[in-house]
Amino acid sequence: MVDGIRCASLAFDPVTTSQHEISDEIAKIQADSPKGAPLLDFPPYRSTLLRHPTKELRLVDPEGAELLAPVFGHSDVAPVEADLTIQRGGEPIGERIRVHGRVLDGDGRPVRRQLVEIWQANAAGRYSHQGDQHPAPLDPHFTGVGRCLTDDDGWYSFTSIKPGPYPWRNHHNAWRPAHIHFSLFGTDFTQRLITQMYFPGDQLLALDPIAQSITDPAALSRLIATYDHEHSEHEWLLGYRWDIVLTGSHATYLEPSDD
Amino acid sequence: MTETPGQTVGPFFHHALAYPGDSELVPFGSAGSVVLHGYVHDGAGDPVPDAMIEIRQADASGVVPAVGGSLRRGGAAFTGWGRSCTDAAGHYWFSTVEPGLPFFAVTVFARGLLDRLFTRIYLPDAPGAMEGLIATREADGRLRFDIHLQGPSETVFLTFPRT
Repeated sequence: MVDGIRCASLAFDPVTTSQHEISDEIAKIQADSPKGAPLLDFPPYRSTLLRHPTKELRLVDPEGAELLAPVFGHSDVAPVEADLTIQRGGEPIGERIRVHGRVLDGDGRPVRRQLVEIWQANAAGRYSHQGDQHPAPLDPHFTGVGRCLTDDDGWYSFTSIKPGPYPWRNHHNAWRPAHIHFSLFGTDFTQRLITQMYFPGDQLLALDPIAQSITDPAALSRLIATYDHEHSEHEWLLGYRWDIVLTGSHATYLEPSDD
Repeated sequence: MTETPGQTVGPFFHHALAYPGDSELVPFGSAGSVVLHGYVHDGAGDPVPDAMIEIRQADASGVVPAVGGSLRRGGAAFTGWGRSCTDAAGHYWFSTVEPGLPFFAVTVFARGLLDRLFTRIYLPDAPGAMEGLIATREADGRLRFDIHLQGPSETVFLTFPRT
């Protein structure tokens, strides 16, 4: 895992820094006022040290291309891309799941017919990515990559297998909680979001500097899916529900006339 | 409603987010095309080889297109959106057209960056350009804009009013 490689030059040694020390650092930062967005300057995640801006973000009114998100359509995404269990001519190993939910804007309006991209590790915690050197098995039947378009009510749905947790080199014995990466677009360019969805009851969440960079527990809870028995299927798969709320749209909203 | 927080794109996004033609809004070398490129640096001035840049722009006439086709390039329509993952040298590039509006809207993602950053790249001599966010026109005609996540040349990053 490449995270943490640079730390040696910054007086943080990923080999000797313990989870206890990292958790102490996290607790000290979280004792300050909790924030709903991840802190960009968050030293417990070592790779942030040289990669966070130090100046205030400049507030501007969006204009021009910032007012309009890119548009995607059925020519961009095939329906089969939403099923990560049928992409490689055989069934991937793991706990079969379906993750579904709605993409909404800050006013609760559905984001319609918009692109959702996901990627994840396999059941053993290994990415199908050449940079991932974790000595866990690759699954020849699993790429861990999916895409779909939301429907007219903002709903998305992916069929997959539950990703495994995996080690990384942030500190000694560091493990990422199981997660699925999500990439989302709204109706405005300024609503762009990339985030990670976590699973309920994961004991690694409290130890994870990436998740804990969201210092408000209520905000972090919005990244955790809920188990959804109504969407589990008899003798087939387990259902999870996860809704995503983007920022508000700056555009004047026109009520669709016919749907 | 309260928005869902962001998280880092992490190190392992390339096989999911990169795709053929992602950075070619128009074919490289085609008539009327221009290359927009640059390097992404960290606070030590080192390249960031695991960043991803996205741009959104108007077409040459100033219209921001609202048409699909960005993921399956090859249609005639200009979609006004593209994506470029940096290489080992931290280099990104796009083949596109010069927008008929003053700037490219830009989003920056990277491992070690916990949430996306927004900025703008203004065309040289664009009216009303924000200081520090203006591309340089190189001798061969390419537009150059380097992104510094931190350090003395730190890029001006933007936020927008919440509505």
